[in-house]
Amino acid sequence: MLTRREFIKLCLSATASLTLSQSLAVEIAKAFAGAKKPPVVWLEACTCTGDILSFANTINPDLGKFIFETIDLLYNNTLMKAQGAQAIEVLENALEKRRGEYILVVEGTVPTRDNGRYNIIGERNGHAWTALEATRRLSEGAQAVIAAGTCAAFGGIYAASPNPSDSRPVHKVVKQPVINVPGCPAHPDWLMGTITHLLFYGRPELDAHHRPKLFFGETIHNLCQRRSYFDNSIFAKYPGDGGCMYQIGCKGPVTHADCPKRLWSGEHVNWPVQANTPCIGCSSPEFTDGLGPFFVPLPATPLPRITTTANRVGGAVAVATALAIGGHLAGTVLTGRLGKGAQTDEDIAGVGAGEATGEDASGKESSDSSGQEARTMEEQFTNITSNVKKALKKRSSVLNSAEIESVPQVPKYPGQKRRRPKFIRPRPLHYWPKDDGTPDKERREARQPNGSSEPSDRGDDDGSR
Amino acid sequence: MAPDKTLVTINPVTRSNGLLKVEVEVSGGKVTDARCSGIFFRGFELILQGRDPRDAGYYAERICGICSTAHATAAAMALEDAAKIQVSDNAVLLRNLIFGADFLQNHLRHFFFLGLPDYIDTPEIPPFTPHGAQRASLPRAINDRMMEHYRESFRASQMAHEMTVIFGGKAPHVHGIVPGGASVKPTIDRVTRFGAALEEVHRFIVEKYLPDAMTLGEYYPEDFQLGTGYRNLIAFGLFPKPGHPGIWTFPPGIAKDGMLEEVDQKAIQEDIKHSWFREQPKPENPWEGVTVPDLEKEEGYSWVKAPRYRGMALECGPLARLWVRGDYRRGISTLDRVMARAQDAKKISEHMKEWLEMLHPDAPTYTPFEVPKNAEGIGLTGAMRGPLGHWVRIEGGRIAHYQIVTPSAWNFSPRDGRGVRGPVEEALIGTPVADPANPVEVGRVVRSYDACLACGTHVFEPGRGLTAFQIF
Repeated sequence: MLTRREFIKLCLSATASLTLSQSLAVEIAKAFAGAKKPPVVWLEACTCTGDILSFANTINPDLGKFIFETIDLLYNNTLMKAQGAQAIEVLENALEKRRGEYILVVEGTVPTRDNGRYNIIGERNGHAWTALEATRRLSEGAQAVIAAGTCAAFGGIYAASPNPSDSRPVHKVVKQPVINVPGCPAHPDWLMGTITHLLFYGRPELDAHHRPKLFFGETIHNLCQRRSYFDNSIFAKYPGDGGCMYQIGCKGPVTHADCPKRLWSGEHVNWPVQANTPCIGCSSPEFTDGLGPFFVPLPATPLPRITTTANRVGGAVAVATALAIGGHLAGTVLTGRLGKGAQTDEDIAGVGAGEATGEDASGKESSDSSGQEARTMEEQFTNITSNVKKALKKRSSVLNSAEIESVPQVPKYPGQKRRRPKFIRPRPLHYWPKDDGTPDKERREARQPNGSSEPSDRGDDDGSR
Repeated sequence: MAPDKTLVTINPVTRSNGLLKVEVEVSGGKVTDARCSGIFFRGFELILQGRDPRDAGYYAERICGICSTAHATAAAMALEDAAKIQVSDNAVLLRNLIFGADFLQNHLRHFFFLGLPDYIDTPEIPPFTPHGAQRASLPRAINDRMMEHYRESFRASQMAHEMTVIFGGKAPHVHGIVPGGASVKPTIDRVTRFGAALEEVHRFIVEKYLPDAMTLGEYYPEDFQLGTGYRNLIAFGLFPKPGHPGIWTFPPGIAKDGMLEEVDQKAIQEDIKHSWFREQPKPENPWEGVTVPDLEKEEGYSWVKAPRYRGMALECGPLARLWVRGDYRRGISTLDRVMARAQDAKKISEHMKEWLEMLHPDAPTYTPFEVPKNAEGIGLTGAMRGPLGHWVRIEGGRIAHYQIVTPSAWNFSPRDGRGVRGPVEEALIGTPVADPANPVEVGRVVRSYDACLACGTHVFEPGRGLTAFQIF
């Protein structure tokens, strides 16, 4: 059997050609050959059934193989043969006879208004089970509770303002610890990976929101294939346009999930940003009210130690990225210090940070102080993220007032033109013109692929000079 | 209740989307009365109020996991109507393809996951245990073959969903259908991949799904007499033809007493006599109505409301759509619905091949537009289970009112004020029930409608017909 370490590696390395479940197929078959299959109760509360349908998109093994050969799917409204009282009897039997054995998966929110009467899941012997009662009672006897999908994990859309049924996420109504696998719907790999981890190695490592770190450890923004467009300030103007989706409302910078890397769905072919639409942050605890309208950019927020407006978050983060990935050249060239001793990461990072603070980065004295800043760049980025979140929270409180009007569709900020040339545009160095104050656009037009760059401007970082 | 009557309650009716309860009164081995209840409530239209109109589609698709593209399409059409824009032909094609792929997914999953276990003997493992007495009338070999197809259908339906993902970004709850068009460019690699998957799904439909539906017809002839209902059908237009605004691949229409007629939207009314919503005096301005859920209401037994067409309860779904187009007119019954759905899948997959060839890789797919400050829009389309309508009113650039009428509200509606039963309730009358403890026949009739209570149950303005929306 796979070791846990190998398993985690597998989960993290999911790509289009190598699916998580594909690699697990053999292992699962081996592990459960002849053994008693682990029971699973899949409860549908106030849900669109999207999560079980998403789970049905898993391949190799497909869901058929999984439920025939790996688990005992005791209860699921969509697939089980029994109906009516006979179905509810299954739940009662699970509670009595398989207590402590079964894994409970809940999808959908749990309405609590009128003691849960807004959502009945069935009845037996004249007793109607509300989703609230079912979730509470079943989680008491469960070996583990998984909240599948954002509704069950965080409330999601069904708990969005004004929340007519007073819906709550699962962890708010049960005492047991809950593993949250959010996403609207949850990706089949996330569910399969979490369930398999539970079966093989026990509870996976969770983040602050009780999501498996395996799948929700990074922000969409950090993993995004379009990140270079963001760094280059090439923004889409409408859905269907190419480039970065930030300006049309992408919530990637504040959303933790591995969609860009994993891709949807079972066969890993596409994901919302690749489909030229913004990420709507569906795996965030703040989804949807806390994130604002889907097509409105993330709101203004003050950045740490940076004298710029919040909408500059793009620019500032761009610097952070440039530093992190191959920012050597850009930073060096920007300050005109190429080949003059910008050898260490910190030096170069410092230059970038200086840029972000809007200082004149060409000054030599900036390198020392900002070198220190570079060490905390990671922290700084975290701060930026949390600041955006704070601002979002603030804004969400006025979501239902007349606020949308005042949020500009494409934010314009003062000083954009003046500052932009200073911001790092990591294009090949021989494209980089001298800073002669020419407006950016003209410059771009004037640029030739094999233009007038001197050989000394070529930034081959090979230490030959 | 007379002493020979038994009240049989099926709660939940499993293998349906969303939570459904059916109560039947059995007398002399036959159903004499029936009640269908949607038993969960969310209040989507309330949630949508006050939001950015462009967001409506992404919210509305989350009403339902199995037919999310239908809501995305209707919401996009409603906003486009309000903004008075036309989407490009390429966008029409792309949407049809995304929507069509979701249709195939829906029909495959309905037949195999939801419907088939009622007709065949299943293996003795969960989720097929417990079950009533297995008494399928199929020969062993055919039964086994169908079970084999059941297992293969997981892959086939997953591939259909994967097609939705290719042009839609993800599934369920696609991103690719946006007001203004479609967002994914039909590049040649995507078209090829889509085509390959379509070919495979089409083969599965023609070689396995359709023959299996036929086989059921062969071995369960009695089901052609079951669940006939009112025999009145309604369909909205489905899949607009590119380049021909207003013309649909599947035309709208009403089949009533054997006659076809045009749909007159003004004749559609809503009734909440038996729904858990408080009766209120008809508001002066229909837009000002407030929905108040009321679980204590005496006559109430469902979260679904009762849409009526000139006071008639109409049935909708693939059978109605094909009947109106003239593709399937064998009859109206439980198995006819199943067979028509299989035909529907085949026809749609054939249309999809045509649309795929018509795609132009370089033509625009999106029409940028300004969201109007004050406007009203309407989006009507056929969907997996019948006619779907979205109505939106925008005030000050935000949604002031949103209304959704779903197919399952037609089919699974409760009685109305005049005591007219909903279509499914009516269809259940006369259904033989051999064993009241295991009313499998009732399940078959109900499931032939492809219940989607996720769609059926949501807030609707009370005491007001759709007439109010016909001002534009």
